[in-house]
Amino acid sequence: MSVLLQVDDLRVAFATRHGTVEALRGVSLRLDAGETLGIVGESGSGKSVTALAMMRLLDQAGRITGGSIHFRGQDITRAGRDIMRPLRGAAMSMIFQNPRAALNPIRQVGLQIADVLRAHRPLAAREARDQALELLRAVQIRDPERRLDAYPHELSGGMSQRVMIAMAIACEPSLLIADEPTTGLDVTTQQTVMELLAEITARRGMALALITHDLGLAARYCQRIAVMEQGLLVEEAPPARLFGAPGHAYTRRLVAASPTRHSTVQSLVGAAPLPPPPPRPAGPPLLMVTRLGKSFGPGAPAVDDVSFSLSAGESLGLVGESGSGKSTISRLICRLLDQDAGGIKLDGEEIGLVPAARFHRHAKRRDIQLVFQDAGESLNPRFTAAESIADPLRNLLGLRDRAELRRRAAEFAARCGLEAALLDRFPHQLSGGQRARVGIARAIAAGPRLLVLDEPTAALDVSVQAVVLHLLDQLRRETGLAFLFVSHDLNVVRMMCERTMVLQGGRVVEEGHSAQVFAAPQAPYTAALLAAIPHFEPVA
Amino acid sequence: MNATLRHAAWVLRGNPVTLAAGLGVLALALVALLGPSLVAYDPIASNVPQALQPPSAAHWFGTDQLGRDVFSRVVVATRLDLAIAASAVTLSFAVGAVGGAFCGYAGGRLDRWVGRFVDVLMAFPLFVLAMALVAALGNRVENIIYATAIINLPFYVRFARAEVNVRRNQGWVEAARCAGNSHASVVLRFLLPNVLPAMAVQVSLNLGWAILNAAGLSFLGLGVRPPTPEWGILVAEGARFITTGKWWLVVCPGGALMFAVLCFNLLGDGLRDILDPRLRT
Repeated sequence: MSVLLQVDDLRVAFATRHGTVEALRGVSLRLDAGETLGIVGESGSGKSVTALAMMRLLDQAGRITGGSIHFRGQDITRAGRDIMRPLRGAAMSMIFQNPRAALNPIRQVGLQIADVLRAHRPLAAREARDQALELLRAVQIRDPERRLDAYPHELSGGMSQRVMIAMAIACEPSLLIADEPTTGLDVTTQQTVMELLAEITARRGMALALITHDLGLAARYCQRIAVMEQGLLVEEAPPARLFGAPGHAYTRRLVAASPTRHSTVQSLVGAAPLPPPPPRPAGPPLLMVTRLGKSFGPGAPAVDDVSFSLSAGESLGLVGESGSGKSTISRLICRLLDQDAGGIKLDGEEIGLVPAARFHRHAKRRDIQLVFQDAGESLNPRFTAAESIADPLRNLLGLRDRAELRRRAAEFAARCGLEAALLDRFPHQLSGGQRARVGIARAIAAGPRLLVLDEPTAALDVSVQAVVLHLLDQLRRETGLAFLFVSHDLNVVRMMCERTMVLQGGRVVEEGHSAQVFAAPQAPYTAALLAAIPHFEPVA
Repeated sequence: MNATLRHAAWVLRGNPVTLAAGLGVLALALVALLGPSLVAYDPIASNVPQALQPPSAAHWFGTDQLGRDVFSRVVVATRLDLAIAASAVTLSFAVGAVGGAFCGYAGGRLDRWVGRFVDVLMAFPLFVLAMALVAALGNRVENIIYATAIINLPFYVRFARAEVNVRRNQGWVEAARCAGNSHASVVLRFLLPNVLPAMAVQVSLNLGWAILNAAGLSFLGLGVRPPTPEWGILVAEGARFITTGKWWLVVCPGGALMFAVLCFNLLGDGLRDILDPRLRT
């Protein structure tokens, strides 16, 4: 096969206010015609910068400081706009992470596809429209004639990504760069989008550079995988070898930290396996939820007749895709939202009758705390870490003494593995993992008995996720906290929870012991969810 | 604090216009503070033999029809003009930001009523409303302040309301409620501090506008009365002589007025960059 793209010792530096930052420090890779290459790594590893450099789309602050990029034998390292413009979209094109943000919100998608076509070929509006329709058929959008005139906000995330793919393949490029094309999509949608992408590239002989943080995804769809860490390409191998016998220490850590169907919370961080927590004495349940219902406006209810119970120290997983009602349930139980129907009993006391607007004064407020999905967004930008952790102590325990508040905040921070030196930093000065620790420290500060975790690791890199999951598991073992663990990641729920409840469209479709649900799912929906998770199987 | 100063220095280095505007505002503040002790002549005492002298080494801005030194009068007027503007803006900012933030957080009926009331207020020609208020309340300095505060109020209410509205469903507001904060505490300790940087821009722009407004009222004979030195009055008095070529009587106080308004307006933008902690890395 002929070499399509050749990158040699590529170096990219960004000018920032603190001087120059080297984003790529000598990356070399090769992509043959029709081949699929995976580029994996965590945030900050330089995978997106590599993609943008290949398209020559780096923003003003970024500069190629060394190395070369050859595309179809032509040196494009320093090619000007006149050379790059005919290439972009026609010979090489890109699919972005967030399709909604990448589409123009005030232009019909059919016209946007036609724009790409007409930028490279002399086409009449009518012809361009016909070809756009053809492309929408190719990406298997249902009802393509109608979608042609749809605006991006009328499409779901998966459909928007299909439109992006249609735009990317419109001019039959020989190279397609997909930067996290399915991040943010549900697993089942991810599966259909990826299958579509794989099929289209195979049929049209396009080369695909798939940039992803998901090792399973890369393993399933790529012939070769390159692992990046801090601007360097540390290892490149076919998936079987990479996951079977990872050569580089970083790859080994990354592989270990990625949840698979056999991993445990301990194995993710390389700790010794622990026995499951001892069975607790049977008693009255801590939380009793009966026939909970909630709807937002007309249409299908968000939560429909959901009942479950949770004993002290137990961990229950709530899984489902977007729109399944899992976040709504967590907000209802935390008393941030009022339910339309049903009851919530904590310790035998009916708290579902207390309006959410008045629950902050209730004695049970401190017993239920919430850990948020995006720790960064859940911290007041104007509070330091210490102030955030001390806030519940101040309000719920009535502590006012500054020194005492500070001491307690430091204690909980230490418990969550947050260094004391970081306590005076503001959220934007902390890394994702550190923010997650602040969020957890704040949630446990008031001494709750039930912790509701709403996708606590969804925004984190796998290695950070591994550490945070390990921390949460340890906390539960030590304090006897009960967890209501909401997640879309089935592997994470399997590791963290004794029982699992599967939600679809606001209803419970399956409930049982995690081991059972995952080994032998009863509901077809659960089986479909499980099948859609991309896996990698170590060969060795 | 050190980090804040470093950040401010960094913003100003890339933005010399803001730096210049900041220095201008600083100079104005100093002049306002030290005003009477900076000048060589009594701003009120008349000296008729020296009437209507053009600018010279002795009288930098010339003299007026009663022989008073225009430079002294312009400098001494700074304190009164800035004081009126600053008090009015502080008042409308305090009431408007807190009220608007509560409305934006609460939503519902209260929000709708306050919103409509503000709309009605804004439907009046604001300067005419201010004139009517001063005329009704009486021709005194504090009434100029109240009138200016009232006509500025709608902007703050709307601004705070809109800014709080986009933040009220963010994670950290929910987290604040989980941590047992009362609604008042959520608004005052969480939402308002996050809205302030954006509002500081508004305050700075508004100060310029309030100075113009106070001067405009005095120009029309409402509020401050002669012989008190005040920029609007100085311009009004000078306007009578402009046809006879005594330009300095209008140009000098008018220039001071323009300089003050310009400084506050230019400062606005740079201020936002300095105050927002998220822009610091």
